[in-house]
Amino acid sequence: MSAPGNDMRELIAFTSGGQEFCVDVTAVREIRGWTPATPLPHSPGYVRGVINLRGVVLPVMDMALRLGMKQTDPDQRHVIIVIQTGSQLIGLMVDSVSDILAVPVADIQQPPDIGHHMDRDFVQGIIPIDDRMVSLIQLSALFGFLESEAA
Amino acid sequence: MDMNEIKDIFFQECEEQLAELESGLLRINDGDTDPETVNAVFRAVHSIKGGAGAFGLDDLVAFAHVFETTLDCVRSNKIQATPELLKVMLKSADVLADLTAAARDGVSVDPSRTSTLVKELDAFAKGTPLPASAPAAEPVVAAAPAAAAPAPTDESGFQPVPFSFEGFDDEDAAAEPPQQDADGRSVFTVRFKPRSDLYAKGNEAVLLLRDLARVGDLQVICETEDLPAIDQLDPEGAYFSWLIRVETDKDEEAIRHVFEFAEWDCLIEVTPGADEELFSVHSDSGEDLPMAPVPFDLSMLDEEPAVPAEEATPSNVVELAKPAAAVQEPAAAAEAPMAAPNLPRAEKAIAAEAEKKEAAVAAVPAAPQTIRVDLDRVDRLINLVGELVINQAMLAQSVVENETGGSSAINLGLEELQQLTREIQDSVMAIRAQPVKPVFQRMGRIVREIADMTGKSVRLVTEGENTEVDKTVIDKLAEPLTHMIRNAVDHGLETPEKRAALGKNPEGVLRLTAKHRSGRIVIEIADDGAGINRERVRAKAIENGLIAPDQNLSDEEIDNLIFHPGFSTAEKLSDISGRGVGMDVVKRSIQQLGGRISIASKPGKGSVFTMSLPLTLAVLDGMVVTVANQTLVVPLTAIVETLQPEKADIHAFGPSQRLIAIRDTFCPLVDVGHILNFRPDLANPIDGVALLVESEGGGQRALMVDAIQGQRQVVIKSLEANYTNVPGIAAATILGDGRVALILDVDAVVTASRGQALSSEMTLSATG
Repeated sequence: MSAPGNDMRELIAFTSGGQEFCVDVTAVREIRGWTPATPLPHSPGYVRGVINLRGVVLPVMDMALRLGMKQTDPDQRHVIIVIQTGSQLIGLMVDSVSDILAVPVADIQQPPDIGHHMDRDFVQGIIPIDDRMVSLIQLSALFGFLESEAA
Repeated sequence: MDMNEIKDIFFQECEEQLAELESGLLRINDGDTDPETVNAVFRAVHSIKGGAGAFGLDDLVAFAHVFETTLDCVRSNKIQATPELLKVMLKSADVLADLTAAARDGVSVDPSRTSTLVKELDAFAKGTPLPASAPAAEPVVAAAPAAAAPAPTDESGFQPVPFSFEGFDDEDAAAEPPQQDADGRSVFTVRFKPRSDLYAKGNEAVLLLRDLARVGDLQVICETEDLPAIDQLDPEGAYFSWLIRVETDKDEEAIRHVFEFAEWDCLIEVTPGADEELFSVHSDSGEDLPMAPVPFDLSMLDEEPAVPAEEATPSNVVELAKPAAAVQEPAAAAEAPMAAPNLPRAEKAIAAEAEKKEAAVAAVPAAPQTIRVDLDRVDRLINLVGELVINQAMLAQSVVENETGGSSAINLGLEELQQLTREIQDSVMAIRAQPVKPVFQRMGRIVREIADMTGKSVRLVTEGENTEVDKTVIDKLAEPLTHMIRNAVDHGLETPEKRAALGKNPEGVLRLTAKHRSGRIVIEIADDGAGINRERVRAKAIENGLIAPDQNLSDEEIDNLIFHPGFSTAEKLSDISGRGVGMDVVKRSIQQLGGRISIASKPGKGSVFTMSLPLTLAVLDGMVVTVANQTLVVPLTAIVETLQPEKADIHAFGPSQRLIAIRDTFCPLVDVGHILNFRPDLANPIDGVALLVESEGGGQRALMVDAIQGQRQVVIKSLEANYTNVPGIAAATILGDGRVALILDVDAVVTASRGQALSSEMTLSATG
């Protein structure tokens, strides 16, 4: 794959709930294995809790549940993608990280309007890779509930 | 270092000078008549002016100049430091602070504020009945008789007259040179007597004399009369003074300019004219000069075995110190006081010794040494030490788990490591510990402003300003404190007329106190005003629907109503405290700091607000407990006692409440696991442990947990940094096993147990 130019986007692809998604590589701080999280009381169900990321208290979100799919039952094989959004760090618990993609911007298609909230809110675009389909996640929508609190 | 960095340093120093200025003025206000206090105040303004001038901050310079002029009048006893004057000066200090801040931020200040004060300051400075040139007001002239003496040798026949240089303004000083010889050059006599401070600050007489030599031709006489016997000689003392005849085409201002940065550390007298006879005698060759013998006790030599006896004869000593040397070579004269302690030594050694001495002098300031460190660096260090503590705990735990406990070497090492980490942590925390003084000083200004606005007369008394607390606490203290001070003056204190009618001193007293108490800092704001008007508070609470009209409340409960959200008793919304920010906001910000606030009020006598805050926001002593298989930390400060409930002690109360009998009282039992939604059903109390806690509302609750794991100091990690505020949880920490544990927010849990739900709906609706 060629080095990404101005019209290329570099993305990290992962699977969650059996589907393939990707996020912009610049938002990803690190990828680490699953460790049991300390649950937070009175939190939305998709917030699994907090883990210790080298001294930083990192909230971890169940990606599948956040996207309205089935709750993940995490084990050793699951991974946490540490995302930086603004000054905050948030972990996304996913099934596995599959690929690093360099995709021409022109190849990113608009998601079809099928009215499901996952597509409407969280998916920014759809990318065909060979015979796979990867959904580009709109990170700001994912963490929207955090930002309003900070304000 | 670029210009901006230098400018930053200047503004940092300004802040210090402003604090010095204000505290000095307040001391004078309280009757301090020490001239050094006035000097300190003057110095502060002068330094700001000097620095501002260097950066071309004209507004600042202009105002500082007027301020300084008035202060100078006070310094020279030309005008009295009356309370009226001090009031204006305190205001001026505030404006100076504003101007400094404005200069720093590159904004401008409303010119009307400065112009009014400038007029007032001017009026004070000119309002003196003594004409500026009156001899009585000029001790300087009297102290320098040489100036008044005629100069018979002057070729021009110009007759010098007694003359006050104080009468000079910067402008007209040059216009009228006091004494001129044929070439149009003036002659001045300068008496320069450094104090030891001059040397202590790394200044040096020789450099000043050298600078002076650039102004004009010098004839220098070193006066050694003050030099004590060598056994009485203080090696860091200053004993020499210099009498200098300056012949120059410049004016007196130019001469003074040389000493500008040293003028507080030395005595400087500049008088026109010169006693030519005196100087002509001294201008002869050094050899024939009358020598001033230096008292010298030969027995001193015994303590200096390294010095050969013949070198240490009195004549040798005298030669080093004789005034002639000073006339010929100013440099030598300047080195003389430095070298004085080493008089018995060989002449050759002087230069080296002087250098060494110089270094030593520069390194011995009276005050403890400080360095400025970027706060970020300190914070990084603190974070790292936090990691270290966690790591050490993890290490200790894994040693226990691996049952290598048998090896005493490992255990011993671990113990030492633990002690060391604890010590490092304490030391690092101490770096951040700062006295509350700056915040308290800022309150002085708040009080003055509010007093002005409300027409009340208030005196602020501060105590325990040097009480130290973590910088983050200090930073966050200013806002609630400001608000409470405003409230105390606006609502607490009566008007002077009313106070007088009540037989009180028309001047109200506001007392701001800080002290350490059991690992926390306690800050009290006490006023001697009217106290809480309970009837009005009650009426207002009923009106606002906070309480039922027939509800029976204790005095304390009524007083605490003022902390209720949206409560404001001011009958008319005043500009000062009616800004929609109530005491509830104060309470909340204090609580966010892990603090508590309470009020005690006596009608007619005044109110006391007491805040208790943790000394640091970085660590906390906690009790580690298990709740529904989760590990939680309960702040130790909240826990009164722990108890093992017996079946007989538990009493059902209503549909879902349970009370626990503790000695003679019944205390509501709160199931922490249930409140935090960790388990749907209430746990059986006798299976767990009850923690008796005292909450901010004053009420006691028994918090039920499953088991106590132990006590531990934990490093506080913010949850808000990466997440949001979680109801019932104050913060998080990382335990020895590397897992995150949550720190319980006791007050929130207790509040929730009163029936207000601690539900996720609340949070979610708040997050919108």
